[in-house]
Amino acid sequence: MKYAYYPGCSAHSTARDMHESCVAVAKELGIELQEIKGWTCCGASAAHQTDRVLAASLPAANLLLAKEMGLDMVVNCAACYSRSKNTNYEVVHSSTMYKKVTAALGQPYDGSVPVRHFVEVLLQDFGPKKIKKAVKHPLNGLKVACYYGCYLLRPPEVTNFDDPENPSIMETLIEAIGGEALEWPGKVECCGGALNLTRTEITVARSASIIEMAQAAGADCIVTACPMCQTSLDLRQRDMQKTNGKLYDIPIPYITQLIGLSLGIPAKELGINRLMVPPKAVLKALKV
Amino acid sequence: MTIRIKKQSTGKNLCSAVEQLAGVDLSLCYQCKKCSIGCPVSELVASAPAEIIRRLQLGAGDELLQTDLIWTCLSCETCYARCPNEINFAGIIDALRTIALEKGAAKPKGNSPLFNRRFLNTVKSYGRTYDLQMIISYKLGTGKYMDDVEKFPTMLKKGKMAILPPMGANKNKVKRIFDNVKSKGKSR
Repeated sequence: MKYAYYPGCSAHSTARDMHESCVAVAKELGIELQEIKGWTCCGASAAHQTDRVLAASLPAANLLLAKEMGLDMVVNCAACYSRSKNTNYEVVHSSTMYKKVTAALGQPYDGSVPVRHFVEVLLQDFGPKKIKKAVKHPLNGLKVACYYGCYLLRPPEVTNFDDPENPSIMETLIEAIGGEALEWPGKVECCGGALNLTRTEITVARSASIIEMAQAAGADCIVTACPMCQTSLDLRQRDMQKTNGKLYDIPIPYITQLIGLSLGIPAKELGINRLMVPPKAVLKALKV
Repeated sequence: MTIRIKKQSTGKNLCSAVEQLAGVDLSLCYQCKKCSIGCPVSELVASAPAEIIRRLQLGAGDELLQTDLIWTCLSCETCYARCPNEINFAGIIDALRTIALEKGAAKPKGNSPLFNRRFLNTVKSYGRTYDLQMIISYKLGTGKYMDDVEKFPTMLKKGKMAILPPMGANKNKVKRIFDNVKSKGKSR
């Protein structure tokens, strides 16, 4: 199992823990991630809010590099995943976009490189049975709310990730490592991350309502696979407290961090200490 | 509810510009309002998604570029995912953003266009985003100096904010893409 790995910009800034835990889990399971040399930014929200051709061209530069490597591209950031898949969709479905992207890059890109999120690789290529066998510290029934957000799921014809209204990829993985994946109504809601710095009050309100839904379902923690969601839910808990006048204190680990802990990878290698809300309940359940 | 629109003054139909830019056919909308119901910011804005479509269908002009949903939209794409006729409303919003930027009509609360420019400037300079520079320059442009400063020391301590600019990206390639899009590739 070998892939071209695209870490994305947040891997070296706000989501170092996402990157560290992905790399550590892959190594432990023998999944080879070869980082794309010289990779560049996908443009994220700023590009698609500005110009559609720029938004399709920036990810295409990385997809071309993965194509040269002859490998599927694995992404761990849901936003990069969404933008890269969007590029594939655009150049395949519109000859005008294909021509404009070719003009922007100075060479053609045909949309042929498969883009995979790391959790898809874990579930579909590696498989939950093998993960279960590799578990050293099961979650001991830890109650986990799996939170998907937007970028992985929508629009479904572009991302083709899972059922857009009731996905279950992360639930299957959580069950494989011994957790109890909760049924709860918030898993495909939007955290408001796109306005995190510009209209913070909207992000705070959206994220608080998601946390409240998870807590009402009895969650010990909420797992994500998206650095925007993770930042909104984790970093903004103090702001929620200020706005709503009550305590918010629920850990928001990346799913790869929980998987890593269950595989016996030391917490430090998974960036557990980087979480804003310390995951005490998680570590207690795991007895690590 | 009665929707009133201004009579076209420019003679240029915003609806067809949006349709072309977003690759959508707005005549397909029969106002089921699933987009408005699923929209997480509907209740915060003057006109919800279905109303924006109706206004475009009725021939709204450039005054629609000031409507607050354009920059309050979270791009969550719930509208598009749930539309029975697969109308890409998130794409419509992106088209309205592009047109608003071109016409200098984008001055929303929170100034997302400034944020986007600062974001893309760091990508142009380093080939990747440089959060620290982006945030500081955005704050300088908006005067929101004190927002979130109390989180900063913890984020630095936890390594959640890189101090140095990113290294290792093919900067020249990114700069070329920006230049090419500006000169010949633009959406319109």
